[in-house]
Amino acid sequence: MNLSFHQMADPMSQFEVKKLFELQIGGIDLSFTNAAFYMLLGVSLIIVFFGLAASRGKLIPSRSQSIAEIGYGFVANMVRSTAGEEGLKFFPFVFTLFFFVFFANMIGMVPYAFTTTSHIVVTGALALLVISIVIIYGLYKNGLKFFKLFAPSGAPFFIYLILVPIEVISFIARPVTLALRLFANMLAGHIMLKLFATFAAQLFAAALAGTALLGVVGVLAFAMGIAINALELLVAGLQAYIFAILTCVYLNDALHPSH
Amino acid sequence: MNFLSLAAPAANGEAAGGASFPPFDPWHFPSQLFWLAILFGILYLALSRFILPKLGGVIENREDTIADSLDEAARLNEQSKEAKQQQDLALAEARGKARDTAEKAREKVEAEIAAETAKVDAELGERLADAEARIQTLRNNAMSNVEQIATSATQAMLGRLGVTVTEADARQAVARNTQQEG
Repeated sequence: MNLSFHQMADPMSQFEVKKLFELQIGGIDLSFTNAAFYMLLGVSLIIVFFGLAASRGKLIPSRSQSIAEIGYGFVANMVRSTAGEEGLKFFPFVFTLFFFVFFANMIGMVPYAFTTTSHIVVTGALALLVISIVIIYGLYKNGLKFFKLFAPSGAPFFIYLILVPIEVISFIARPVTLALRLFANMLAGHIMLKLFATFAAQLFAAALAGTALLGVVGVLAFAMGIAINALELLVAGLQAYIFAILTCVYLNDALHPSH
Repeated sequence: MNFLSLAAPAANGEAAGGASFPPFDPWHFPSQLFWLAILFGILYLALSRFILPKLGGVIENREDTIADSLDEAARLNEQSKEAKQQQDLALAEARGKARDTAEKAREKVEAEIAAETAKVDAELGERLADAEARIQTLRNNAMSNVEQIATSATQAMLGRLGVTVTEADARQAVARNTQQEG
Protein backbone atom coordinates (compact mmCIF):
# COMPACT_ATOMS: atom_id res chain seq x y z
CA MET A 1 0.00 0.00 0.00
CA ASN A 2 2.83 2.31 0.87
CA LEU A 3 4.43 1.59 -2.46
CA SER A 4 1.33 2.42 -4.48
CA PHE A 5 0.97 5.67 -2.57
CA HIS A 6 4.53 6.48 -3.38
CA GLN A 7 4.01 5.86 -7.08
CA MET A 8 0.82 7.85 -7.14
CA ALA A 9 2.33 10.70 -5.19
CA ASP A 10 5.36 11.19 -7.41
CA PRO A 11 4.49 14.47 -9.12
CA MET A 12 7.41 14.23 -11.53
CA SER A 13 6.32 11.12 -13.41
CA GLN A 14 3.91 13.18 -15.50
CA PHE A 15 6.87 14.97 -17.07
CA GLU A 16 8.70 11.82 -18.06
CA VAL A 17 9.43 11.41 -21.71
CA LYS A 18 8.79 7.89 -22.96
CA LYS A 19 9.71 6.46 -26.32
CA LEU A 20 6.84 5.35 -28.51
CA PHE A 21 8.91 4.52 -31.63
CA GLU A 22 12.64 4.12 -31.71
CA LEU A 23 14.38 6.36 -34.22
CA GLN A 24 18.13 6.83 -34.53
CA ILE A 25 19.71 9.04 -37.15
CA GLY A 26 23.50 9.27 -37.24
CA GLY A 27 23.78 7.90 -33.74
CA ILE A 28 21.46 10.57 -32.34
CA ASP A 29 18.36 9.41 -30.53
CA LEU A 30 15.42 11.07 -32.33
CA SER A 31 12.76 8.67 -31.10
CA PHE A 32 9.09 9.56 -31.45
CA THR A 33 8.11 10.09 -27.83
CA ASN A 34 4.94 10.87 -25.93
CA ALA A 35 6.12 14.51 -25.96
CA ALA A 36 6.33 14.42 -29.74
CA PHE A 37 2.93 12.73 -29.90
CA TYR A 38 1.19 15.47 -27.92
CA MET A 39 3.03 18.09 -29.96
CA LEU A 40 1.72 16.38 -33.10
CA LEU A 41 -1.77 16.28 -31.58
CA GLY A 42 -1.69 20.03 -30.88
CA VAL A 43 -0.39 20.87 -34.34
CA SER A 44 -3.00 18.61 -35.97
CA LEU A 45 -5.81 20.17 -33.93
CA ILE A 46 -4.70 23.68 -34.92
CA ILE A 47 -4.46 22.77 -38.60
CA VAL A 48 -7.81 20.96 -38.60
CA PHE A 49 -9.62 23.68 -36.65
CA PHE A 50 -8.31 26.68 -38.56
CA GLY A 51 -8.11 24.74 -41.82
CA LEU A 52 -11.80 23.85 -41.65
CA ALA A 53 -12.74 27.41 -40.75
CA ALA A 54 -10.68 28.76 -43.65
CA SER A 55 -11.75 26.21 -46.25
CA ARG A 56 -15.46 26.54 -45.47
CA GLY A 57 -15.05 30.30 -45.29
CA LYS A 58 -18.73 31.14 -45.23
CA LEU A 59 -19.91 34.71 -45.47
CA ILE A 60 -22.11 34.15 -42.45
CA PRO A 61 -19.77 32.17 -40.21
CA SER A 62 -20.65 29.07 -38.25
CA ARG A 63 -19.75 29.02 -34.56
CA SER A 64 -16.40 27.31 -35.02
CA GLN A 65 -15.55 29.59 -37.94
CA SER A 66 -16.48 32.56 -35.77
CA ILE A 67 -14.13 31.36 -33.03
CA ALA A 68 -11.32 30.84 -35.56
CA GLU A 69 -11.88 34.35 -36.91
CA ILE A 70 -11.87 35.78 -33.41
CA GLY A 71 -8.50 34.04 -32.87
CA TYR A 72 -7.26 35.54 -36.12
CA GLY A 73 -8.43 39.03 -35.16
CA PHE A 74 -7.09 38.66 -31.63
CA VAL A 75 -3.55 37.85 -32.76
CA ALA A 76 -3.69 40.40 -35.59
CA ASN A 77 -4.70 43.13 -33.15
CA MET A 78 -2.02 42.06 -30.70
CA VAL A 79 0.65 42.32 -33.40
CA ARG A 80 -0.70 45.60 -34.76
CA SER A 81 -0.98 47.29 -31.39
CA THR A 82 2.47 46.29 -30.13
CA ALA A 83 4.60 46.17 -33.28
CA GLY A 84 2.65 48.47 -35.59
CA GLU A 85 1.51 47.87 -39.17
CA GLU A 86 5.01 46.77 -40.21
CA GLY A 87 4.84 44.08 -37.55
CA LEU A 88 2.09 42.37 -39.53
CA LYS A 89 4.71 40.63 -41.67
CA PHE A 90 5.42 38.59 -38.56
CA PHE A 91 1.73 37.91 -38.03
CA PRO A 92 1.87 34.27 -39.26
CA PHE A 93 4.84 33.60 -37.00
CA VAL A 94 3.21 35.11 -33.91
CA PHE A 95 -0.04 33.33 -34.77
CA THR A 96 1.78 29.99 -35.04
CA LEU A 97 3.66 30.63 -31.82
CA PHE A 98 0.60 31.70 -29.86
CA PHE A 99 -1.61 28.83 -30.90
CA PHE A 100 1.20 26.27 -30.63
CA VAL A 101 1.77 27.27 -27.02
CA PHE A 102 -1.93 27.76 -26.32
CA PHE A 103 -2.93 24.32 -27.60
CA ALA A 104 0.02 22.67 -25.85
CA ASN A 105 -0.98 24.30 -22.55
CA MET A 106 -4.66 23.45 -22.98
CA ILE A 107 -3.98 19.85 -23.99
CA GLY A 108 -1.82 19.67 -20.88
CA MET A 109 -4.88 20.50 -18.78
CA VAL A 110 -6.52 17.22 -19.81
CA PRO A 111 -5.75 14.58 -17.17
CA TYR A 112 -3.06 12.06 -18.19
CA ALA A 113 -2.07 14.23 -21.15
CA PHE A 114 1.52 15.35 -21.55
CA THR A 115 2.31 19.05 -21.42
CA THR A 116 4.91 19.76 -24.08
CA THR A 117 5.48 23.29 -22.80
CA SER A 118 6.51 21.96 -19.38
CA HIS A 119 9.91 21.09 -20.87
CA ILE A 120 12.61 23.72 -20.89
CA VAL A 121 14.05 22.37 -24.14
CA VAL A 122 10.84 23.20 -25.94
CA THR A 123 10.26 26.62 -24.39
CA GLY A 124 13.97 27.39 -24.68
CA ALA A 125 14.00 26.48 -28.36
CA LEU A 126 10.96 28.67 -29.00
CA ALA A 127 12.51 31.57 -27.07
CA LEU A 128 15.78 31.22 -28.97
CA LEU A 129 13.84 31.13 -32.23
CA VAL A 130 12.10 34.37 -31.29
CA ILE A 131 15.28 36.15 -30.24
CA SER A 132 17.17 34.88 -33.32
CA ILE A 133 14.48 36.34 -35.55
CA VAL A 134 14.66 39.61 -33.60
CA ILE A 135 18.45 39.84 -33.96
CA ILE A 136 18.67 38.67 -37.56
CA TYR A 137 15.78 40.77 -38.79
CA GLY A 138 16.90 43.76 -36.70
CA LEU A 139 20.39 43.65 -38.23
CA TYR A 140 19.03 43.00 -41.72
CA LYS A 141 16.59 45.91 -41.59
CA ASN A 142 18.50 48.49 -39.56
CA GLY A 143 22.12 47.45 -39.99
CA LEU A 144 24.32 48.73 -37.18
CA LYS A 145 21.59 51.11 -36.07
CA PHE A 146 20.06 48.06 -34.47
CA PHE A 147 22.56 48.47 -31.64
CA LYS A 148 20.91 51.78 -30.74
CA LEU A 149 18.63 49.46 -28.88
CA PHE A 150 21.32 49.27 -26.20
CA ALA A 151 21.90 53.03 -26.08
CA PRO A 152 18.68 55.01 -26.02
CA SER A 153 19.36 58.55 -27.24
CA GLY A 154 19.07 61.62 -25.06
CA ALA A 155 21.09 60.56 -22.00
CA PRO A 156 24.32 62.24 -20.85
CA PHE A 157 27.56 60.43 -21.71
CA PHE A 158 28.44 59.06 -18.30
CA ILE A 159 24.93 57.56 -17.95
CA TYR A 160 25.69 55.36 -20.96
CA LEU A 161 28.50 53.70 -18.99
CA ILE A 162 25.80 52.27 -16.75
CA LEU A 163 22.91 52.20 -19.19
CA VAL A 164 24.54 50.17 -21.97
CA PRO A 165 25.54 47.20 -19.77
CA ILE A 166 22.07 47.19 -18.21
CA GLU A 167 20.42 47.20 -21.63
CA VAL A 168 22.72 44.44 -22.87
CA ILE A 169 22.02 42.30 -19.85
CA SER A 170 18.30 42.87 -20.11
CA PHE A 171 18.44 41.93 -23.78
CA ILE A 172 20.31 38.73 -23.01
CA ALA A 173 17.87 38.00 -20.21
CA ARG A 174 14.95 38.17 -22.63
CA PRO A 175 15.16 34.68 -24.14
CA VAL A 176 16.05 33.24 -20.74
CA THR A 177 13.05 34.77 -19.00
CA LEU A 178 10.80 34.04 -21.97
CA ALA A 179 11.70 30.37 -21.82
CA LEU A 180 11.77 30.08 -18.03
CA ARG A 181 8.46 31.89 -17.45
CA LEU A 182 6.45 29.50 -19.59
CA PHE A 183 8.37 26.42 -18.48
CA ALA A 184 8.18 27.23 -14.76
CA ASN A 185 4.52 28.18 -14.88
CA MET A 186 3.47 25.00 -16.60
CA LEU A 187 5.76 22.82 -14.49
CA ALA A 188 4.75 24.31 -11.15
CA GLY A 189 1.07 24.32 -12.03
CA HIS A 190 1.05 20.68 -13.01
CA ILE A 191 3.02 19.67 -9.94
CA MET A 192 0.47 21.48 -7.77
CA LEU A 193 -2.43 19.84 -9.59
CA LYS A 194 -0.87 16.42 -9.21
CA LEU A 195 -0.04 17.00 -5.54
CA PHE A 196 -3.52 18.11 -4.57
CA ALA A 197 -5.19 15.39 -6.62
CA THR A 198 -3.04 12.61 -5.13
CA PHE A 199 -3.35 14.15 -1.69
CA ALA A 200 -7.14 14.09 -1.97
CA ALA A 201 -7.07 10.51 -3.28
CA GLN A 202 -4.82 9.36 -0.44
CA LEU A 203 -6.99 11.07 2.17
CA PHE A 204 -10.16 9.54 0.75
CA ALA A 205 -8.45 6.15 0.78
CA ALA A 206 -7.45 6.67 4.40
CA ALA A 207 -11.00 7.75 5.24
CA LEU A 208 -12.37 4.60 3.66
CA ALA A 209 -9.82 2.59 5.58
CA GLY A 210 -11.28 3.89 8.83
CA THR A 211 -9.94 7.33 9.75
CA ALA A 212 -13.13 9.22 8.90
CA LEU A 213 -11.78 12.61 9.98
CA LEU A 214 -9.21 12.51 7.18
CA GLY A 215 -12.10 12.46 4.70
CA VAL A 216 -12.95 16.05 5.69
CA VAL A 217 -9.41 17.12 4.94
CA GLY A 218 -9.70 15.13 1.73
CA VAL A 219 -12.73 17.16 0.69
CA LEU A 220 -10.75 20.36 1.35
CA ALA A 221 -7.83 19.06 -0.72
CA PHE A 222 -10.25 18.08 -3.49
CA ALA A 223 -11.85 21.55 -3.47
CA MET A 224 -8.40 23.08 -3.58
CA GLY A 225 -7.56 20.84 -6.53
CA ILE A 226 -10.62 22.12 -8.40
CA ALA A 227 -9.70 25.72 -7.61
CA ILE A 228 -6.15 25.16 -8.83
CA ASN A 229 -7.53 23.52 -11.94
CA ALA A 230 -9.45 26.70 -12.70
CA LEU A 231 -6.39 28.79 -11.95
CA GLU A 232 -4.26 26.61 -14.22
CA LEU A 233 -6.73 27.01 -17.06
CA LEU A 234 -6.29 30.75 -16.67
CA VAL A 235 -2.52 30.40 -16.48
CA ALA A 236 -2.47 28.17 -19.57
CA GLY A 237 -4.20 30.85 -21.62
CA LEU A 238 -2.38 33.72 -20.00
CA GLN A 239 1.10 32.26 -20.49
CA ALA A 240 0.43 31.66 -24.17
CA TYR A 241 -0.72 35.27 -24.42
CA ILE A 242 2.31 36.57 -22.53
CA PHE A 243 4.66 34.52 -24.70
CA ALA A 244 3.06 35.89 -27.86
CA ILE A 245 2.82 39.50 -26.75
CA LEU A 246 6.43 39.58 -25.50
CA THR A 247 7.41 38.19 -28.89
CA CYS A 248 5.57 41.13 -30.44
CA VAL A 249 7.31 43.58 -28.11
CA TYR A 250 10.74 42.15 -29.00
CA LEU A 251 9.88 42.19 -32.71
CA ASN A 252 8.89 45.82 -32.29
CA ASP A 253 12.44 46.46 -31.06
CA ALA A 254 13.78 44.85 -34.23
CA LEU A 255 11.46 47.01 -36.34
CA HIS A 256 12.03 50.28 -34.47
CA PRO A 257 15.26 49.95 -32.46
CA SER A 258 15.56 53.61 -31.43
CA HIS A 259 12.46 53.38 -29.23
CA MET B 1 14.62 15.55 -6.86
CA ASN B 2 18.04 15.77 -8.30
CA PHE B 3 18.29 19.10 -10.03
CA LEU B 4 21.86 18.36 -10.93
CA SER B 5 20.84 15.52 -13.22
CA LEU B 6 21.41 17.88 -16.12
CA ALA B 7 25.10 17.56 -15.44
CA ALA B 8 24.88 13.85 -14.81
CA PRO B 9 25.30 11.37 -17.68
CA ALA B 10 22.13 10.53 -19.61
CA ALA B 11 22.21 6.88 -18.70
CA ASN B 12 22.28 7.77 -15.04
CA GLY B 13 19.18 9.95 -15.35
CA GLU B 14 17.31 7.28 -17.21
CA ALA B 15 18.23 4.60 -14.79
CA ALA B 16 17.37 6.71 -11.78
CA GLY B 17 13.79 6.95 -13.09
CA GLY B 18 11.50 8.71 -10.63
CA ALA B 19 14.33 10.22 -8.70
CA SER B 20 15.53 12.40 -11.60
CA PHE B 21 14.00 15.63 -12.83
CA PRO B 22 12.60 14.76 -16.28
CA PRO B 23 12.72 18.22 -17.87
CA PHE B 24 16.49 18.41 -17.22
CA ASP B 25 17.10 14.86 -18.38
CA PRO B 26 19.20 15.35 -21.51
CA TRP B 27 18.60 12.06 -23.33
CA HIS B 28 15.40 13.34 -24.95
CA PHE B 29 16.72 16.79 -25.87
CA PRO B 30 17.68 15.91 -29.46
CA SER B 31 14.40 14.09 -29.99
CA GLN B 32 12.37 16.97 -28.54
CA LEU B 33 14.20 19.55 -30.66
CA PHE B 34 13.91 17.38 -33.76
CA TRP B 35 10.17 16.89 -33.49
CA LEU B 36 9.61 20.46 -32.38
CA ALA B 37 11.46 21.76 -35.44
CA ILE B 38 9.52 19.50 -37.79
CA LEU B 39 6.08 20.05 -36.28
CA PHE B 40 6.49 23.77 -35.65
CA GLY B 41 7.82 24.13 -39.19
CA ILE B 42 4.88 22.22 -40.66
CA LEU B 43 2.44 24.26 -38.60
CA TYR B 44 4.09 27.52 -39.66
CA LEU B 45 4.03 26.56 -43.33
CA ALA B 46 0.45 25.34 -43.22
CA LEU B 47 -0.73 28.46 -41.44
CA SER B 48 1.30 31.09 -43.29
CA ARG B 49 0.95 29.56 -46.78
CA PHE B 50 -2.57 28.24 -46.84
CA ILE B 51 -4.77 28.76 -43.82
CA LEU B 52 -4.14 32.32 -42.66
CA PRO B 53 -4.31 33.97 -46.12
CA LYS B 54 -7.57 32.17 -46.78
CA LEU B 55 -9.02 33.04 -43.38
CA GLY B 56 -7.92 36.64 -43.82
CA GLY B 57 -9.51 36.61 -47.27
CA VAL B 58 -12.78 35.34 -45.82
CA ILE B 59 -12.80 38.12 -43.22
CA GLU B 60 -11.88 40.75 -45.79
CA ASN B 61 -14.51 39.44 -48.16
CA ARG B 62 -17.11 39.78 -45.44
CA GLU B 63 -16.01 43.32 -44.65
CA ASP B 64 -16.18 44.18 -48.35
CA THR B 65 -19.63 42.66 -48.63
CA ILE B 66 -20.84 44.63 -45.63
CA ALA B 67 -19.34 47.85 -47.00
CA ASP B 68 -20.92 47.16 -50.40
CA SER B 69 -24.28 46.48 -48.83
CA LEU B 70 -24.06 49.71 -46.86
CA ASP B 71 -23.18 51.62 -50.02
CA GLU B 72 -26.07 49.98 -51.84
CA ALA B 73 -28.41 50.88 -48.98
CA ALA B 74 -27.22 54.49 -49.05
CA ARG B 75 -27.73 54.60 -52.81
CA LEU B 76 -31.25 53.20 -52.54
CA ASN B 77 -32.01 55.64 -49.77
CA GLU B 78 -30.85 58.49 -51.99
CA GLN B 79 -32.97 57.14 -54.80
CA SER B 80 -36.06 56.93 -52.64
CA LYS B 81 -35.46 60.48 -51.43
CA GLU B 82 -35.24 61.64 -55.04
CA ALA B 83 -38.40 59.77 -55.92
CA LYS B 84 -40.17 61.36 -52.99
CA GLN B 85 -39.05 64.79 -54.13
CA GLN B 86 -40.30 64.10 -57.61
CA GLN B 87 -43.57 62.91 -56.26
CA ASP B 88 -43.91 66.03 -54.15
CA LEU B 89 -43.24 68.10 -57.25
CA ALA B 90 -45.82 66.19 -59.27
CA LEU B 91 -48.29 66.52 -56.46
CA ALA B 92 -47.78 70.30 -56.28
CA GLU B 93 -48.19 70.55 -60.05
CA ALA B 94 -51.37 68.52 -60.00
CA ARG B 95 -52.70 70.65 -57.18
CA GLY B 96 -51.95 73.82 -59.17
CA LYS B 97 -53.64 72.40 -62.23
CA ALA B 98 -56.67 71.45 -60.22
CA ARG B 99 -56.85 74.97 -58.80
CA ASP B 100 -56.63 76.43 -62.32
CA THR B 101 -59.37 74.17 -63.59
CA ALA B 102 -61.62 75.08 -60.71
CA GLU B 103 -60.92 78.78 -61.27
CA LYS B 104 -61.68 78.50 -64.97
CA ALA B 105 -64.92 76.63 -64.31
CA ARG B 106 -65.94 79.24 -61.78
CA GLU B 107 -65.22 82.05 -64.24
CA LYS B 108 -67.17 80.33 -66.95
CA VAL B 109 -70.17 79.82 -64.71
CA GLU B 110 -70.01 83.42 -63.54
CA ALA B 111 -69.91 84.63 -67.13
CA GLU B 112 -72.91 82.46 -67.99
CA ILE B 113 -74.79 83.77 -65.01
CA ALA B 114 -73.97 87.35 -65.98
CA ALA B 115 -75.09 86.77 -69.57
CA GLU B 116 -78.31 85.13 -68.45
CA THR B 117 -78.98 87.95 -66.00
CA ALA B 118 -78.34 90.57 -68.67
CA LYS B 119 -80.68 88.77 -71.07
CA VAL B 120 -83.39 88.49 -68.47
CA ASP B 121 -82.88 92.13 -67.49
CA ALA B 122 -83.16 93.24 -71.10
CA GLU B 123 -86.31 91.19 -71.58
CA LEU B 124 -87.81 92.59 -68.43
CA GLY B 125 -86.91 96.14 -69.48
CA GLU B 126 -88.56 95.57 -72.83
CA ARG B 127 -91.71 94.25 -71.25
CA LEU B 128 -91.71 97.13 -68.78
CA ALA B 129 -91.37 99.63 -71.59
CA ASP B 130 -94.22 97.93 -73.45
CA ALA B 131 -96.37 98.03 -70.43
CA GLU B 132 -95.56 101.68 -69.78
CA ALA B 133 -96.34 102.52 -73.39
CA ARG B 134 -99.64 100.72 -73.09
CA ILE B 135 -100.46 102.52 -69.86
CA GLN B 136 -99.60 105.81 -71.52
CA THR B 137 -101.89 105.06 -74.46
CA LEU B 138 -104.65 103.95 -72.17
CA ARG B 139 -104.27 107.11 -70.12
CA ASN B 140 -104.18 109.30 -73.18
CA ASN B 141 -107.27 107.60 -74.47
CA ALA B 142 -108.90 107.98 -71.08
CA MET B 143 -107.88 111.63 -70.91
CA SER B 144 -109.28 112.35 -74.38
CA ASN B 145 -112.48 110.56 -73.45
CA VAL B 146 -112.71 112.68 -70.29
CA GLU B 147 -112.26 115.88 -72.39
CA GLN B 148 -114.92 114.67 -74.77
CA ILE B 149 -117.31 113.98 -71.92
CA ALA B 150 -116.50 117.31 -70.25
CA THR B 151 -116.97 119.18 -73.53
CA SER B 152 -120.29 117.53 -74.30
CA ALA B 153 -121.35 117.93 -70.68
CA THR B 154 -120.43 121.64 -70.81
CA GLN B 155 -122.36 122.07 -74.05
CA ALA B 156 -125.35 120.27 -72.56
CA MET B 157 -125.30 122.27 -69.34
CA LEU B 158 -124.94 125.55 -71.19
CA GLY B 159 -127.71 124.42 -73.60
CA ARG B 160 -130.01 123.97 -70.63
CA LEU B 161 -129.16 127.45 -69.51
CA GLY B 162 -129.98 128.74 -72.94
CA VAL B 163 -126.51 129.60 -74.05
CA THR B 164 -125.38 127.98 -77.17
CA VAL B 165 -121.71 127.48 -77.57
CA THR B 166 -119.82 125.80 -80.29
CA GLU B 167 -118.09 122.56 -79.61
CA ALA B 168 -114.74 124.18 -80.18
CA ASP B 169 -115.39 126.93 -77.58
CA ALA B 170 -116.55 124.38 -75.02
CA ARG B 171 -113.45 122.32 -75.65
CA GLN B 172 -111.28 125.40 -75.25
CA ALA B 173 -112.92 126.26 -71.97
CA VAL B 174 -112.56 122.70 -70.67
CA ALA B 175 -108.94 122.59 -71.74
CA ARG B 176 -108.33 125.95 -69.98
CA ASN B 177 -109.94 124.74 -66.77
CA THR B 178 -108.30 121.36 -66.69
CA GLN B 179 -104.96 122.99 -67.45
CA GLN B 180 -105.51 125.47 -64.54
CA GLU B 181 -106.37 122.60 -62.20
CA GLY B 182 -103.63 120.48 -63.48
